[in-house]
Amino acid sequence: MNVRAVFEHRLASVVAMAVVAGALPLFFPSAYYYRVAALVFVFALAALGLNLLMGFAGQVSLGHAGFMGIGAYAVAIGPTHLGLPSWLPLVAGAALAALVAYLVGRPILRLKGHYLAVATLGFGLLLAIVFGNEARFTGGPDGMAVPRLVLFGWSARGAQAWYWIAAAGFLIGAALAYNLIDSPTGRALRAIHDSEVAARVLGVDVAKKKLAVFVVSAVYASVAGSCLALLNGHITPDVSGFLRSIELVAMVVLGGLGSVAGTLVGAALLVVLPQTLTVLHEYEHMALGLVVMAVMIFLRAGIVPSLAHALGSTRA
Amino acid sequence: MPELLQFIFSGLTVGAVYALVALGFTLIYNACDVINFAQGEFVMLGGMTTVFLAAAGVPLPLAAVLAIIVTVAIALALYRFAIAPARGANAVALIIITIGASIFLRGAAQVVFDKRFHSLPAWFGNDPIRVGGAAILPQSLVVLAGAVVIVVLLWAFIERTLFGKAIVATAANHLAASLVGINTGAVVAFSFAISAAIGALAGILVTPITLTSYDVGTLLALKGFAAAMLGGIGSALGAVVGGLVLGLLEAFAAGYVSSQYKDAVAFLVILAVLFALPRGLFGKASVERV
Repeated sequence: MNVRAVFEHRLASVVAMAVVAGALPLFFPSAYYYRVAALVFVFALAALGLNLLMGFAGQVSLGHAGFMGIGAYAVAIGPTHLGLPSWLPLVAGAALAALVAYLVGRPILRLKGHYLAVATLGFGLLLAIVFGNEARFTGGPDGMAVPRLVLFGWSARGAQAWYWIAAAGFLIGAALAYNLIDSPTGRALRAIHDSEVAARVLGVDVAKKKLAVFVVSAVYASVAGSCLALLNGHITPDVSGFLRSIELVAMVVLGGLGSVAGTLVGAALLVVLPQTLTVLHEYEHMALGLVVMAVMIFLRAGIVPSLAHALGSTRA
Repeated sequence: MPELLQFIFSGLTVGAVYALVALGFTLIYNACDVINFAQGEFVMLGGMTTVFLAAAGVPLPLAAVLAIIVTVAIALALYRFAIAPARGANAVALIIITIGASIFLRGAAQVVFDKRFHSLPAWFGNDPIRVGGAAILPQSLVVLAGAVVIVVLLWAFIERTLFGKAIVATAANHLAASLVGINTGAVVAFSFAISAAIGALAGILVTPITLTSYDVGTLLALKGFAAAMLGGIGSALGAVVGGLVLGLLEAFAAGYVSSQYKDAVAFLVILAVLFALPRGLFGKASVERV
């Protein structure tokens, strides 16, 4: 089996990522590494949902951090203001994100291309503004503390525990994503990506399928947002800000549209790079901008698909 | 009544800047289908370069001209070294390249300039002019007049010169334009240059009112993009109208609703407009070919 086939084979891909996730801690000298790696998996989970929407259905969202915000504030507000047990808001947040996506998705997904981009951008911005201003519940711009997650009497604390939770969460998300891609819905989505008109002519209920994947991607983002809040123990409205949304889109595109493994690589790049570039001090942002541009210019299909293609064609 | 007039003045001033940024988006989009998110950085570069040249002792008018030249040179480099090599990449990949460019330019501005806020002296002083009970800064009139002059010059250039016609032809159909002998590469490069010049000039005009710093570009790019989409992408008229409407919406929302929710109100209206007119106010209907 050549490299390209490995990346395209779903079980092999999930197993490969699981092996990486399992072996990686052998190289971690300190808790800091666990923390950064946990962040990678959390953002990869959110970006994975977005990749389903962008890479398979071909619909852009510049407001996906808004859904992360819903998940994040759910686990913060639920226990603090409503007295819920800490795991329940994680589920409730995902359900709320799904409901919001369902209600907003109907009118928004009628828009195309850049109009869809600006509408989702506006939606994400609205959520960020609400989180920033309803200080009674959200603590306003300074944010609020997030109570620890307690499951069956076990309290999830520390970077190490969260590394395993985040990795498991991402792998489950990846397995589900592969299932969705290979389902009739997945094939319908790819048809929509190639041509909406052609898909409709072939009998695909375009509006329904687009809405379905939008809801799924919102749930991914919400769960990731909850994990991020629980991992950090504190959240601010930045979690749902415009820059966060852009970051998610960049992770998807840098890693590779339509590539599940690519999403992990894209997330790793954009989470780890700023951490390592701090050694460059004031030149940090210039370097980050250069890397982003260079990857996109030289690996324009995204890192994983471009490399898989290059390796595949030399071996085949 | 004076209140209303006051909101209109401030809305139009901010709206004029949004309109110029949106116009920059439109020019580049028409030439090569790229949404250039580094557009806001052109505004920042215009303002910041003028501030630092002036601080170094260069007379203000000369500093402003040099700042425009610098910004245009940077835009041409952006086209030559980042956009042109990625020709044929998909639309989202090109957007990510321009976002990378904007991160790079912001980072460079931190190093070359600094992280503080800066201002420029207003052209005609800071004594507000009283009109019907409302106060208007002389610099606001400069911004509005500057925007009008830029729009009229651009319109005349595109409608009345041969090169302007080449730009229109390239926007209509890239391949057909190159088949009739138009140097489309030059047209695209020129569009980047003009967009940068317009952005830089907007930055220079508005800095006495809003101040400038290395990171003002992000918000302006976001607002300019929204304004361009509100007007209908690809339409120059739409960009100008979209910018002014967005500025007025923000001013009214800040005045009558709440200043914290001014962006929320503006975007709610944009969403409502797009639901009714999915291609913006002046966008043309497009037909998808299978």
